[in-house]
Amino acid sequence: MITLKDIYKIYVNGDTTTYASNNVNIHIDEGEFVAIVGQSGSGKSTIMNIIGCLDVPTSGTYLLNGIDVSTMDDNELAEIRNKMLGFIFQQYNLIPKLTVVENVELPLLYAGLSPEKRHKAAIESLARVGLEDKAKNYPSQLSGGQQQRVSIARALAGNPSVILADEPTGALDSRTGIEVLQFLQKLNSEGNTIVLITHDNSIAKSAKRIIRLHDGKVVYDGPSDAPEATVSSSISFDEDPLVIKMKSEKGDAC
Amino acid sequence: MGIVQCFIMAIKSLAASKMRSFLTMLGIIIGVGSVIVIMALGNGMTVYMNDSFESMGTTNISVNIIGRGSSRTVDVDDMYEFYNENKDLYNYISPTVSAYGQVRGANNEKYTPSITGCSEDYLAIKDYDLKSGRNISYIDIKENKRVCLVGEFYDYVVYGGNALGSTIDINGENYRIIGVVEEQDDKTDENGADNFIYVPYSTAARFIVKTSEINTYTFVAKSDDLVDKGISAIKDRLFQTFHDDDYYAVTSLTIILDIMNEMMDTMVIILAAIAGISLVVGGIGIMNIMLVSVTERTREIGIRKALGAKGKHIRMQFVIEAATTSAVGGILGIAFGFLLSSILSKTFLAALEMQAIPTLESVLLSFGISVAIGILFGYLPANKAAKLNPIEALRHD
Repeated sequence: MITLKDIYKIYVNGDTTTYASNNVNIHIDEGEFVAIVGQSGSGKSTIMNIIGCLDVPTSGTYLLNGIDVSTMDDNELAEIRNKMLGFIFQQYNLIPKLTVVENVELPLLYAGLSPEKRHKAAIESLARVGLEDKAKNYPSQLSGGQQQRVSIARALAGNPSVILADEPTGALDSRTGIEVLQFLQKLNSEGNTIVLITHDNSIAKSAKRIIRLHDGKVVYDGPSDAPEATVSSSISFDEDPLVIKMKSEKGDAC
Repeated sequence: MGIVQCFIMAIKSLAASKMRSFLTMLGIIIGVGSVIVIMALGNGMTVYMNDSFESMGTTNISVNIIGRGSSRTVDVDDMYEFYNENKDLYNYISPTVSAYGQVRGANNEKYTPSITGCSEDYLAIKDYDLKSGRNISYIDIKENKRVCLVGEFYDYVVYGGNALGSTIDINGENYRIIGVVEEQDDKTDENGADNFIYVPYSTAARFIVKTSEINTYTFVAKSDDLVDKGISAIKDRLFQTFHDDDYYAVTSLTIILDIMNEMMDTMVIILAAIAGISLVVGGIGIMNIMLVSVTERTREIGIRKALGAKGKHIRMQFVIEAATTSAVGGILGIAFGFLLSSILSKTFLAALEMQAIPTLESVLLSFGISVAIGILFGYLPANKAAKLNPIEALRHD
């Protein structure tokens, strides 16, 4: 389903060259629940943007459902995002001046569905997260947990192949965060493919498989219950991410 | 995503911040309003001018023969012959002899009315009716009879209602009053439109002006459409005699009216164009606020893009929002223009007997321009929004 092959993402800024992704190879099958873990600066955001078709790699191939999306232009990527991907963001990213149901309808709107079909699908999707009675409310009238459930409903509305959750619990208290993770697990058990991006090992453990990134490289890829899954292989966690970054830049310069 | 959807969204976002929307539209409102008022004033002025010319007779053609002082000339008989040959073009003809004279009536007071020597058609040309008595007749003219028609002023003020059949002294000679013309304006006003005397043109030429030549004529064309044809027919006839168009002048009010209307139109267009500048200023106001709006809504744009909005969707959303802003401004401006026109008509234009009449053209024109300005000035911010990078836009606070 998702195949990343020899992915490089290189930023050149004056004399410094940064490898945000350095020869990344990942394969994710349908129905998997994968957590991509890494500290800030590890390159997990870059990989998320590439998987999410928000960005294209400098080199390498990305096959999504067998389609090579690594060389697509902006409009083609928009269409892929619309049809195959569902996003869940840390800040929920609901549009405040639209009602809950209008927010959920958005991806369907851009897919070109008729108003009746959109509305029906959006209500169904809201029912899956148990918020169909809040359809006419505005996001600001909902609690954080409810807003995140609305954003999950929005991600589900278009029946995407992959659900990408970027720090979905980051803005929630721990109890609500656990609820959201349990909901993601439930979705996975129903057959949805889920990719969770987080810096937090304890959250990553709710996935079945963990891919750990460091300095733009995959340093671990395996089941989440293995002992080495939650341990960084080369550098300890308490090291300041800024220092890591400086080190890597120094290394590149040499 | 449909245009209707965008339009509904645009209306919502206008309604969400009313004060800001209103201020954004203000430039357009003032611009459209002033274009409408100026064009309404121009229209009102044209209507007023046409009305007052119409009352003077737009089908009247005046002929003035200057002559070349030789035997080559056109006399009354020639003109009548021409008139009779062209009855399909003209309704009436009257030689006119303008004279000045002192008049003494029954009360022995002296008056200086306008004295006109004319034919029996003259009352019809002026569109006057007789209150009593009879019109000048062919015999009166043929025999140079000393008879006259008087305005109501003489009957009412000078003769106390007994003018008909009385005699009146014009330059020391007695004329019999054969008819009284009904009141036109104000029968008590010595300087008004009721103080006049009409005498047969032959009499006027011979006894009052003391000339053998009659050089001015008034023709009346059968209709407005025949005025031009009527003028050229007379010119052709006079050219046969004089072989030089310097020796006569043939004019009509229609020609003058056409020239004045043309000048008026030019003036209105210039003024409306100046007012239209504020539409451009209004458009820049819209562009400015749209740029602010794009910046404020960067995150929203990022979300929409992440969910699959293409550049064209975002562009359309913002262009339609700008166009809606200016269209709503345009509608308010039209309302403002109509309101101002009616206030002007009821206040100080009323004293001038004029009205500001808004035209459909000005409404369509200014509405069209305001929408076009919205699209034009909305395009730049919309394009900026469409080109935003979704990753950076999502990161924006």
